[in-house]
Amino acid sequence: MNVSIPTPLRSYTAGQGEVQADGTSLEEVLVTLDRHYPGIRFRIITEQDTIRTHIRIFVNGEQVQHLAVPVRPDDHIHIVCALSGG
Amino acid sequence: MARSATINPLRPATGPVALLIGTRKGAFILRSDRTRRNWTLSAPMFLGHIVHHVVLDPRDRRTILMAASTGHLGPTIFRSTDLGKTWKEAKTPPAFQKAPEGQEGRVVNHVFWLTPGHPSEPNVWYAGTSPQGLFRSVDGGITWEPFSYINDDPQYREWMGSVQDGTPDGPKLHSIIVDPRDPGHLYFAMSGGGVHESVDGGRTWTPIVQGLEVVEGFDASTITFHDPHCVRLCATNPDRLYQQNHCGIYRLDRSEGRWIRIGNNMPKKIGDIGFPMVLHPRDADTAWVFPMDGSTVWPRVSPGGKPAAYITRNGGKTWTRQDKGFPRVNAWWTVKRQAMTADAHEPVGLYLGTTSGEIWASRTGGSGWTCVARHLPEIYSIEVAELGR
Repeated sequence: MNVSIPTPLRSYTAGQGEVQADGTSLEEVLVTLDRHYPGIRFRIITEQDTIRTHIRIFVNGEQVQHLAVPVRPDDHIHIVCALSGG
Repeated sequence: MARSATINPLRPATGPVALLIGTRKGAFILRSDRTRRNWTLSAPMFLGHIVHHVVLDPRDRRTILMAASTGHLGPTIFRSTDLGKTWKEAKTPPAFQKAPEGQEGRVVNHVFWLTPGHPSEPNVWYAGTSPQGLFRSVDGGITWEPFSYINDDPQYREWMGSVQDGTPDGPKLHSIIVDPRDPGHLYFAMSGGGVHESVDGGRTWTPIVQGLEVVEGFDASTITFHDPHCVRLCATNPDRLYQQNHCGIYRLDRSEGRWIRIGNNMPKKIGDIGFPMVLHPRDADTAWVFPMDGSTVWPRVSPGGKPAAYITRNGGKTWTRQDKGFPRVNAWWTVKRQAMTADAHEPVGLYLGTTSGEIWASRTGGSGWTCVARHLPEIYSIEVAELGR
């Protein structure tokens, strides 16, 4: 499925704003992403498997709160950096 | 503990000096030649990253570790093996253990402090985090693991207190110190949470807070209430430590067994509140502090808007003001705990960075100061990189 990568994370994806990653849950997609782009997962997901404070993740436009959310191959995942101060 | 019988006094450094600068908006390197008169600032590295600490490995003088995060992204460590020309990210940055199901685990907000290991352990590094956590790498900073038991120990968790007990941008573990005589003799400090020592390589730890004061009205026997800002160990007398604490300046001679408030000998109108503590590399009686205003609501700026370092040359019995070259008035500086340091030259060079983005240097042990860089972002840390002896 398509995953949109925000600019602060594109150092991991060689500048790509859209990448492909497989999985049947958001967690699996993020694990796949991290396999292709090592280190990217920990910058957005904590060691307690929670989404970091200033990161938002949307699946088909719906914000998700946890990693167990099921996803399908034609879903579109947006990773977004929320406001974090000056 | 196993210790070598003698300490070889360090020879003064004579080579070029570089300052590794961590700021709220990235890292910089300020380079000089061996004269320390002319300085050249690098382009920013990791511009926009929050960089708390940048440290050269003195064991190879090529590897640099950088503790970084951003407003959005989680904490990490970048590593250079060519003196900052190129960088790679750590494969597994410091992170707490995943909590068992149903329990709330802790999350590293940022890596605050980096300490290279003992010379006999060439790939060992230690890291302190916010909230308080102690981590170690045994492969030069590529992978990190929780070190010792303190991160999850109920007693230590109690001593760490809550977020409200720590500094405004998060409680921190800092001042990780390795005894130059013994890789198994370690110290660390926590804001808040006191100063702690291990003599068995981190298997057990003991608080060493005897003699330290806490905020008036609180119980000094409660470790949580202790707030060491910066602890340093004398390179040529490792049985002596100095400390700038939230409640004064202290010296600990291990033979005496308790901290002595040497800040009581500071001028009363200046007080003994501050963040950094800087030691002479070869003289255990000489140390510097940079006082700040700890009155009323704690402005934490230079008292009266008149910046000055203070030096003791007798272990804290007396202090002398050093302000030649600094602005005489209207300079409301704050210098954070990692933002003042010394080189190993003779005379000793001193360097400090302000939260308003200026770096001031003294080639003469503090007797005269010059601004060597300005208009930088808020400065969090300065470390000296001695590029030759």
